[in-house]
Order: sequence, then structure tokens, then C-alpha cells
Amino acid sequence: MKENTPLLQVQDLKVYFYTEEKEELRAVDGVSFYLKEGETIALVGESGCGKSVTSLAILRLIDSDGKIQGGKIILRGRDLLSLSEKEMREIRGRDISMIFQEPSSALNPVYTVGDQIMEAIILHQKLPRPQARKAAEEALRLVGIPEARKRLDEYPHELSGGMKQRAMIAMALSCHPKVLIADEPTTSLDVTIQAQILELIAELQHRLNMGVILITHDLGVVAGMAERVVIMYAGKVVEEGSRWDIFHHSFHPYTWGLLHSIPRLDIKQEKLAIIPGAVPDPLNFPSGCRFRNRCPLADELCLTEPQWREIESQHYVYCHHYSQVEVLKTRGFER
Amino acid sequence: MNDTPLLQVQNLKQYFPIRAGVLRKIVDWVKAVDGVSFEVSPGETLGVVGESGCGKSTLGMSIMRLYEPTEGKVFFQGQEISSLQSSQLKNIRRDIQMIFQDPFTSLDPRMHVGPIIEEGMKVHHLASLPEIRRRALDLLEKVGLGAEYFSRYPHEFSGGQRQRIGIARALALSPRLIVADEPVSSLDVSVRSQILNLLKDLKKEYQLTYIFISHDLAVVRQVCNRVMVMYLGKVVEIAEGEVFFSTPYHPYSVALISAVPVPDPDYEVKRIILSGDVPSPINPPEGCRFHTRCPVAQEICQQVEPVLEQKEKNHWVACHFPGSLSYKGQ
Amino acid sequence: MNRETRRILRRLLSNTSAILGFVLLIFFVVVAIFAPLFAPPPPNKDPYIMPIVTWSSNPLPPSPEHPFGVAGKRDIFYGVVWGTRTAFRVGIIVTLISTALGLLVGAVAGYFGKLWDEVLMRITDIFMAIPFLVAAMVLTTILGAGLDKVMIAMTAFSWMYPARLIRGNILQIKEEQFVLAAKALGVSDFSIILRHVLPNTIFPVLIQASMRMGSLVITAAALSFLGVGAPQGYADWGALLNYARNWMLGGQGEALKYWYMTVFPGAAMVLFVLAWNLVGDTLRDAFDPRLRL
Ligand SMILES: Nc1ncnc2c1ncn2[C@@H]1O[C@H](COP(=O)(O)OP(=O)(O)OP(=O)(O)O)[C@@H](O)[C@H]1O
Ligand SMILES: Nc1ncnc2c1ncn2[C@@H]1O[C@H](COP(=O)(O)OP(=O)(O)OP(=O)(O)O)[C@@H](O)[C@H]1O
Ligand code: SF4
Ligand SMILES: [Mg+2]
Ligand SMILES: [Mg+2]
Repeated sequence: MKENTPLLQVQDLKVYFYTEEKEELRAVDGVSFYLKEGETIALVGESGCGKSVTSLAILRLIDSDGKIQGGKIILRGRDLLSLSEKEMREIRGRDISMIFQEPSSALNPVYTVGDQIMEAIILHQKLPRPQARKAAEEALRLVGIPEARKRLDEYPHELSGGMKQRAMIAMALSCHPKVLIADEPTTSLDVTIQAQILELIAELQHRLNMGVILITHDLGVVAGMAERVVIMYAGKVVEEGSRWDIFHHSFHPYTWGLLHSIPRLDIKQEKLAIIPGAVPDPLNFPSGCRFRNRCPLADELCLTEPQWREIESQHYVYCHHYSQVEVLKTRGFER
Repeated sequence: MNDTPLLQVQNLKQYFPIRAGVLRKIVDWVKAVDGVSFEVSPGETLGVVGESGCGKSTLGMSIMRLYEPTEGKVFFQGQEISSLQSSQLKNIRRDIQMIFQDPFTSLDPRMHVGPIIEEGMKVHHLASLPEIRRRALDLLEKVGLGAEYFSRYPHEFSGGQRQRIGIARALALSPRLIVADEPVSSLDVSVRSQILNLLKDLKKEYQLTYIFISHDLAVVRQVCNRVMVMYLGKVVEIAEGEVFFSTPYHPYSVALISAVPVPDPDYEVKRIILSGDVPSPINPPEGCRFHTRCPVAQEICQQVEPVLEQKEKNHWVACHFPGSLSYKGQ
Repeated sequence: MNRETRRILRRLLSNTSAILGFVLLIFFVVVAIFAPLFAPPPPNKDPYIMPIVTWSSNPLPPSPEHPFGVAGKRDIFYGVVWGTRTAFRVGIIVTLISTALGLLVGAVAGYFGKLWDEVLMRITDIFMAIPFLVAAMVLTTILGAGLDKVMIAMTAFSWMYPARLIRGNILQIKEEQFVLAAKALGVSDFSIILRHVLPNTIFPVLIQASMRMGSLVITAAALSFLGVGAPQGYADWGALLNYARNWMLGGQGEALKYWYMTVFPGAAMVLFVLAWNLVGDTLRDAFDPRLRL
């Protein structure tokens, strides 16, 4: 796509939480990636790896237990971390919008769908109510909700899960943002509804030329949607590349293991690969490489932090032994 | 596999009352499972798939008699269990066990892991106390946890480890049939394959039979010999696994398969996007329950309910126009 | 000690109001246990009957012999000290019995549901609708006055609170899959309630019970104050206050002349209630699952 300067750049972002016992929880620890205009990138990782925290940090919506401890978030040359809260409010919803995983809890049950969409429109576009209502209706139509005018006056509980997610998308897109962050937009939906929503997002992205950050743990969704993929593990980015790089020659053992351990619909796999162990406790991440206690390639070197290396053009990996990942093909993932 | 079925389900119905008003009068029924019949042969893994709310879990619970079925019969090894008194039910519990979806709520948070596994054996007086303890330790070992975990609380474990505990609990009674209700869907992606492989291995070792409930077709493809698809409380298709995935007959099955994202950027399918949502099981559509979303529906589909028929050997489908939709590019 | 226990302990100890609550409670316990040392009873007499120390029925202000003064011919200090025992006795017995009763009713209603629930909860509603003081007075008039009668009346009208609470909790726990899992193992309903449901619902009930402990003592005092509680001369805070009834407004414009008759027993009561409420609060904070990490 376009080869100009990135629309949004996240550099070395660190977000730490503090528990009641004053322990430091490094939920996001030096995350960098970029998003170009009109492209879709996927932020992939397992539960607790820091995907949502990263996206909330971009909007500066981390709650009071947490702090952004470093890094830069640059939107078209402006560092969002240096803005005042008031300036930030202008950005939210107008330049960057977000849709959430749980459509049912992200909509306020006591207001009609229309009221909630109009709220953002009135706030950012300063339209009077009748026009805002028109715009809201238009937004609902855009996301394919039939009988949009009637739906404006309905309450969230009167809509099905898929409909709610559509309404959320309508709300997020009502002010034509440049960046849309979709945090697991389909995880709580059925596959047939998921297919509808993903298609909708892809189509709108194309039509409105938005940059989309798609957050998911489903590599299947990634393969169909994203141009570039950012793989996260335990608060760090471990690999980044185009989707072909990631799916066809990944270099990080975690990416490799993930791709071989997930059940696939298209082929019968005799035995699934296994990544041993479990995701580490965020209060006790291993030192050095955080994947080392599950990694078949780990040795003493992995007690130290790996470097962030560009091994092919635009293909980055964070691993000491990336060059040996090929041996996993023959040896499997068992240690 | 031999021919006499291990489990036979005949016209099973499970309705839940909807009450309203001050008097809590029954105003309507949720027809969660509405006339389901199928058989399970010993040694097989039958996958039950379908979208949220189609009645998969309810079916599992009714078979287990955790709910009292509204209508229909369930036979286990030829014995009717749907009419047993609750006192006689206890014996059946030994033969049919369940693995639950949510490893965070399926273990009593105030009990140690050991006693959780031992509880069933104690209730059924399967052995002396020291022997029960020894077996529990064995089982812990078997599901890949060490004996050192015996006196820990469930909250000290990750989701995958808890699911292992749940599996050990189910195995403790040496059941013949295990109903596994979404055993991996709440687990981290990187631990799912551990549990799936464990279930496969245990099946071989103990000659288990599974009813494997899942909404994830990819998982079902990897672990099941046969697949049964449900839509709004009804069975719409039953087929051998490989046949099902290569030539599904029911338009809903086809759409379902085509909608599953495959982790391969080169994989191309004709994605069939169904319009609309699943209707409510309180007032299911007349005729074929799928006609409101079906891309190939005709006049007759709105009026006549198709019956589940054997279209080919061991391939059952309930549709007026089976096979008229395909997800493979033409 | 595991992490959970440590966390709870730390929470308990890091909170000043928690510490105040425990200190107060311990103070009352000490007073109750060592009552014979603080206020030695006359030999061969029922120590719970406050000995008569003067023949005039006029109250006497605090003096070295009677540090809290004298009311109704009896030593207020003696009454306050031995009244502590009465307060604990009434509080603990009523709380225990009513909680047990409530547990039974709530557990049956919640676990078995359907008709059981319907019937038991309607009965509970009826009991809750009756104004307690009125009912207690009617009941004590029927049964006759006396501390045990008061306790019966109070038990009869306080089991509903734990019953409701436990029922609500059970309805919630019942949906948890581990209860289904136990059923699937063939565990009987009775053991499921005993082994799985109650241990998971008991904490809120204990917390509520400790809060109720304080208010029960006030109620008992109110009944004594109204004259339907403890018999004449019984060491009870409410009974002490009863003596103050006729002197409350003070004589001839000296409104505060007889302050000691109300202040000392009153303070004991207020502090006692405060202690239990602080302890209850602390327990709730410490075990509130919403605050859990
Ligand atoms: N408000 C908070 N207070 C304390 N810790 C938090 C808070 N929010 C998130 N965390 C911690 O930060 C880490 C990353 O959480 P995050 O929500 O970003 O995960 P995620 O990748 O979005 O996972 P999921 O797939 O489950 O949504 C987790 O360990 C989580 O416990
Ligand atoms: N105890 C109950 N009382 C009333 N309705 C119920 C009850 N259990 C389930 N239902 C309803 O029955 C229908 C089928 O539910 P069930 O849980 O069996 O679906 P499922 O296929 O397991 O879905 P999921 O994939 O979401 O687990 C749903 O509409 C549900 O709301
Ligand atoms: S019966 Fe008709 S509506 Fe139903 S699935 Fe078949 S073609 Fe579609
Ligand atoms: Mg998240
Ligand atoms: Mg279910």
C-alpha cells in the first residue's frame, strides 16, 4: 500500500500495573509497531499478553492502577503521551476509535442505541440533534442494520450479539476516524456472525481508508484479514512481519509452535504439536527471554534479553536462536 | 467398533419454562432440545457442533440426567436410563462422566485438588481409603500433573492445569462414556493442543467413548470420528468425520464450514456469509428452522419441516435440497 | 502460609478501623471473662443480680466506692461489668441459633427451589413484614418477661436475614459448574449442600452475623428498657438505663444532673455495637471476592 510515514507509531511502550502489595506487573514492556494509512495490522497473542492494555494505552485509557512508564505514541507526528487530557479527548472517537470484545457490556443498557451513537457525533462534529440523528441513522445503515431508523430507539438488550457489535462499530465509525482499534471484535460471537462482522470491517476499512489494528488470538482470523502481523508474548513483541512472513516462514519458536499446535479445519492433523507449560504469571516473568521456560531451543544464552533484529526486509524477530527454528520441523516441539 | 450402540437417544426433548408476572405463571417454553435422536457406538468420538444456544450443552446435561428430560428416551448399553429413579441413577453416574467447559467454575474453590479427584470414588465406595488416595495420585500423574499438586487449591493453577484436574475427576470412576462440553474453548490457544492430545491418548488407553461438544469445527475435525450438527434444538446433519468435511449436505453445515477462518493466507474458499441471526428457540420458524437464513431455501422450506433421513450410508440430513450448496470454488 | 492467607492478614492489619474494632472486642472479652476480678460479687449470691448498695432510691453520683455512681440502689460499675457478660450471652446465643435456623431455611429454599422456595420465602416475607419491637413485646407478654423469653423472641424474628442471604448465595453458587460436576459424580444432594455449597456461601453469613450481633444487643436493651426484658436488678445495660427513666430530665432544671446513669451503660452499648460493626466491616473487606486480584 502507501509507503509514506506511518499514520500511527508506537515506540517502546511500557505500561506497568501496581498490585495492592506494591508488586510491579509489567503488562506491556517495550512494545513497538506502526500502522500505515489504510492498512490492517493484527496484534496477536494469548490471554494476558498485553493486547488490550496496549490498545487502551494508545487511547490513554489505562485505569488508575496502571501507569504508562515510557515510550511514545505518535499519531501523524504528534506524541499522544504529551497531550493534555482535554486534547486527548478530542482525539478519542474522532481520530482513533475502538470497538470492544464484549458488545453487551460496552453499550450502556439504560440508553437507546441512537442516543449512544449520537453522543459521539454531537461531541465531535458539533451537530445539532436532528442532524446528529440523521448521521446516526446513516451510521447504522452503513453497518448493515436493517430498519435503521427503528433501531435507533431500541435499547441494547433488544439487539442480538451480532447486532450489538454492529451498533458498536457504527458508534466507532460515526466520526470517520483514521484509526480503528478492534479489540477481539468477534471473540464472543458465533462463526457465522463472525464472518459477517469481519467482512463488514474489511469493507468499511476499504471504503473509509482507515488504518485498522485488529486484536485477536485467532490466527485464522489474522490470515484472512491482516497485511502485517505483530505477535505478542508476555508483554513483549516477539515477531513482526507480513502475513506471508509469519505464516510461511516464521522465525520465532513461539510463533512456530502456535502455528503448528492450533487445530486446522482444512487438513486432518494426526497429532498436534504441543507447546509445553503455560503462559507465565505476569508477576513472575522469567528473566531474559520470557518464552525460555517453554521453548525447545532455549539455552544459557536465553537467560539474557534477546535483541530486536530485522532478519529480512520488514520482518523482525526477538529471539537468540531464530536461525535454528528450522530444526523444529524435524525435531518437533518436544524438548 | 462393534455394532450394538453404547448410547441411544430417541426423540429427546428438553424444554425450559419461561415464567412471567407476579404469579410466575408459565407463559412459554424455550425448546432448547427439540426431538433429537442419535446413537453412539463404543469407542467412537461423536462431535456435536452448532452455534451458541442451539442446545448442545442442554443435550449433554439431559443425557447425563442433570436435567430431567421433558420427553424422549435415553438407553445406555440397552438399559433405559431416562426413567430411572434417582437412587438407581447413582450407578449410571459411574459409567457416564462429564468434563465441563469452564475450568474456573467447575472445581470447588474451597477444596484441595486431591479430595476433588477422590470425591467420586468415595461416594461410590470404590475402594479402601488408602487405595483411593493411591489411585488419585496415579490419576494426577496420568493427566500430566505431579503428585506434589495433591494438596493445592484450584486457584493456584492455570486454566489448562485445572482442565486436567477436571479430566482426572471424570476418569476416577472409570467411565465408559465421557461427555466433554467444550473442554478446550476457554483455554489459551497454546495449551489447547495439550488437552486435545491428552484426551486422545486417554481414549486409547482406557477405551473411552466421547461425546465431544464444541462450536469449533477445526477442533472437531481433529478429534472426532463422526459429526452431528445442531441448529435451534434440532439435528440437521450426522455424518462420518471425513465425509462431513469434504461433502457436507446441509446448507447450514456448508455455511458453517465455510465461515471458519483457516490460519493459512493462501487458503481460498467461497465464503458463504449467512444473513441475519439465529432465531430464538422460543418461537422457532415454521417449516425448516433454517429457512430464514438459508441461501437455497424455496417455498416448501417455509411450510414443511424436513425430517432427518439417511441420504447415504451413515450420512443423515434434514433438508429439502441437500447438497445444493457448496463452499468449494466452482 | 499461602499467598491468600497472607493477603487477608495484611489487609486486616493494615487498617486502623479494623485494629480499633479488634481491640475493642478484645477489651470486652477481657472484661467479660474477668468480671469477678473487676467487680467481685457478694459470696453465695447470683453474681448476675446486682447487689443492693444503698437504701435510698435516689441515684448517687460517681464516688471512689462507686466509680460510675449508683442507680436504683445498685452500683452502676458492677452492672456495666457484669452486663458485658449478659450482652455476649444474649448476642452469641441468639446469633448462633438464628443463623443456624436461617441457614437451614435458606439452604433448603435455595437448593431445592420450586415449591420449597416459594413456601419458605413467603413465610420469611411475613416474618420480615411484622415490626419487630411490637412482635417481640407481644411475644414476651404471652411468654412472660425474662431474659430467656427475650432471647426466644429475638431469635424468632432474626433468622430471616441469614435465610435470605444464604438463599441468594446458593442460587448463585448452584449455577456454578462444580455443583453440577458433583451431581454428575453421583454425590447426594445433602452432601452437595454440606460439602460444596455451604463452605462457599458461609463467609457472607458470618460477616452478617457479626454485624447483627451488635444490633441484637441494642434490641435486647430496648426491650429491657421497656421493662419486658431482664428481671429487676439483673446485670444488663438496658436494665441500667431503665433505672434512669424517671430521672432522665434531671430535677429542677438541672438537666444533666444524673448524666452518669445514662452515659456509662450507654457508652458500653455504643462501643460494643461499634466493635462488632468494625469487625464485620473488616471481615467483609478482607473476604470480598470483588477486591481479589
Ligand atoms: N486494571 C488492571 N490492573 C491490574 N492489572 C491489569 C489491569 N489490566 C490488565 N492487567 C494485567 O495486564 C496484563 C495484560 O492484560 P491485557 O488485558 O492487555 O491482556 P490481553 O492480551 O488483552 O488478554 P485477553 O486476550 O485475555 O483480552 C494481564 O496480566 C492483566 O492481568
Ligand atoms: N436452565 C435453563 N433455563 C432456561 N433456559 C435455558 C437453560 N439452559 C439453557 N437454556 C436455553 O436453552 C437454549 C440452549 O442452551 P444451551 O446452553 O444448550 O446452548 P449451547 O448450544 O450449549 O450454547 P453455547 O455454545 O453458548 O454453550 C438457549 O436458548 C438457552 O438460553
Ligand atoms: S430445508 Fe430448505 S431452508 Fe432448510 S436448509 Fe434445506 S434448503 Fe435450506
Ligand atoms: Mg483483551
Ligand atoms: Mg454450551
